[in-house]
Amino acid sequence: MELLISLLVGFLFASAVYLMLSRNILRIIVGTGLISHAAHLLLMTMGGLKRGATPFLGQGATAYTDPLPHALILTSIVIGFGVTAFLLVLAYRAYNELGSADINDYRGLAEDE
Amino acid sequence: MNNLVIWPIIIPLLTGISLIFLQKNRVAQKSVAVMGSLISLFYALFLAYQVKTGGILVLQASAWQAPFGISLVADVLATLLVVTANVVATACLYYSFKVIDRKQEQFYYYPFLFFLLTGVSGAFLTGDIFNLFVFFEVMLMSSYALIVFGGTKPQLRESVKYIAINVLSSALFVMAVGYLYSVVGTLNMADLAVKIKEANQVGLLNTVAMLFFIVFALKAALFPLFFWLPGSYSAPPAPIAALFGGLLTKVGIYSLIRVFTMIFAYNTGYTHTFLIWVAGLTMVFGVIGAVASMDVRKILAYNIVSAVGFMIMGLGVFTTVSIAGAIYYMIHDMIIKAALFLLGGAVITVAGTANLNKMGGLIKNHPTLGWLFFTAAVALVGIPPLSGFTGKLLLIQGALGAGQYWITGISLTVSLLILFSVMKIFLYGFWGEAKTSLQVKQGSTKGLLWPTALLIAISLFLGLGTEFFYPYVETAAQQLTDPSDYINSVLKE
Repeated sequence: MELLISLLVGFLFASAVYLMLSRNILRIIVGTGLISHAAHLLLMTMGGLKRGATPFLGQGATAYTDPLPHALILTSIVIGFGVTAFLLVLAYRAYNELGSADINDYRGLAEDE
Repeated sequence: MNNLVIWPIIIPLLTGISLIFLQKNRVAQKSVAVMGSLISLFYALFLAYQVKTGGILVLQASAWQAPFGISLVADVLATLLVVTANVVATACLYYSFKVIDRKQEQFYYYPFLFFLLTGVSGAFLTGDIFNLFVFFEVMLMSSYALIVFGGTKPQLRESVKYIAINVLSSALFVMAVGYLYSVVGTLNMADLAVKIKEANQVGLLNTVAMLFFIVFALKAALFPLFFWLPGSYSAPPAPIAALFGGLLTKVGIYSLIRVFTMIFAYNTGYTHTFLIWVAGLTMVFGVIGAVASMDVRKILAYNIVSAVGFMIMGLGVFTTVSIAGAIYYMIHDMIIKAALFLLGGAVITVAGTANLNKMGGLIKNHPTLGWLFFTAAVALVGIPPLSGFTGKLLLIQGALGAGQYWITGISLTVSLLILFSVMKIFLYGFWGEAKTSLQVKQGSTKGLLWPTALLIAISLFLGLGTEFFYPYVETAAQQLTDPSDYINSVLKE
C-alpha cells in the first residue's frame, strides 16, 4: 500500500511540475493545486498507512493510527484552499488588466520603461 | 506556563480584526491603527525585558504537555526580533498615512498590515515546526494581498510569480515536515533538538535538512533561489516594499538560524560548510545585481539579497561570536533596509521616476531627504558609529576566529561594492544637474521623512549603544549554540 501511494505521489508531483512549467496561468494554478495534493498524500503516507484502533489511551489495541499527520493535512488543506481561491481571483484580474492568460505576454510592459 | 508569550500575536490580530469593521471611517481607522501599533511595540519591549531578566518564557497552548501540544517559546532571539518587527511595522504604518490614498484605504490596507505583523511575530515565537508553517502562511496570505495592493500591471505580473514560488515552497515545507516527522517522530523544536541526536540517521536527516534549506532559502532569497525577489519587491508601493524588505526575508533567515543551530547541528562539517558557500555566492550575486542596476528600487532589492548572504555567513561559521554577529546584523538590516526603502519611495515621489538616468540635483530642493539617505546608506555599509559596523565586526571576528579566511575576504570586498551601489543612488539622484524643472513641482516629502528619521535614529542608537545592546544579542547567541536552556524550559514545564 505504501508503495502504491508513493508512486501516486510521484505521479502527482510530475504532473504538477509539468503544469507549473507551462505558460498558461490557469494551468499553473491547477499545477499548484496538484502539488499541494501530492504533499498532503505524502504527509499521510509518512505517518504510516495502517488499519487499527483510534488513538485513545488505554484501549488495549495493538495498532493505532497516528492522528497527527491527519491534523497537519487538515490544516494544510484549508490553507491550500485559501491560496488557490486567491490565486484564481488574481488570475482573473490579471487577465482583465493585462489582456492575456499567457505569462509570456506579461513581459515588456510600458510601466517598466 | 506563561500567558505573556501569546500577546505579541494577539494584539496585532485583534487590531487587524477591529480595523476590518472600521473600514468606512478613516479617522477611526487611523487612530485604532496608531493605538494598536504602539501597544504592540511597547508590549514587545516589555516582553523582551522580561525574557532577558527572567529567562525563557514558555506557553503550552491549551495546557497540552510539551511534545504533544503546540509550544510558544519566547527566548531572547525571538523577543528581540519581535521588537524589531514592531518598530519596522510602526514606521511603515506612519509612512503609509501619507502614501496610501483614500481609495486604497477602503480595500483593507491597514488590516492586512496588522495580519502580516501577526504572522511575523507568530513565526518568531512558535516552538513547533508545523506551527511555524502555519504562521508562515498567515504572513504570506497578507503579503499576497499587499503585493497586489493598487493593482497596477507590473504588480499583477510580479504577484503571479511571487505567489507561484511561495505555493511551491509551502508544498515543499509540508513535505519536509512530513519526512522529519517520519524519521524523528516529533515536531516540537525542543524535542527535535533532543531526539535528532538519538535518531542516528545522518544520511536521511541530511536530506531533510537540505529540503528545509530549500524551503527557507526560497523565502530568505539565498543563491540560487533569489531570482524572484528583485522583481517582486520593486513592484508594490514604498511602505509595502519596506515592510517586505524589512520583515519577510528576515523570517526566512530566522527560520534558517533556528533550524540549523538547534536541530540540524549534528553534522556541521557538511551542512554548515555548504551554508558558507551559499552565503558567499549570495553576497556576490546580490551585489553584482545592485551594481548593474540603474533603478532605485532594484538596487535596494538586490541589496537585500547580498545582506542575506552576510547573515548566513554568520550562521555557517557557527561560533557564538559569529551567530551573535548574524543576529546583530539581522536586527540592523531589518531597520535600515526598511528605512532605505521608505527613503527610496520618497526619492521616487519627488523625482517622479525610479530611473537614475533621469534624476539629478535633488539635494538642492530636498536637503533633508538627501542627508537622511546618505546616513542610511552609510549605515547599511557599516561605517562606525552606525549600526552596521558592530554586526559586521562581529561577523568578521567570528569568521577569522574560525579560520574562514576566504569568506572574510569575499564579505569585505562585497561591502565595498555595496557602498558603491548605494552611493550610486546618491551621486546620480542627489548630486549633479537637476534634469527637469518639473522636479520642483513633483510631490513633496511632507510627512514621509520623520518615520524614516526615527528608524535611522534607532540605527544610530544600535551603533552607539552597542555596550548596552550587545548583552542581549550575546545571550540570544548563547541560547542558540547551547540549546539546553531552551530545551529545559520547554520540556520540563
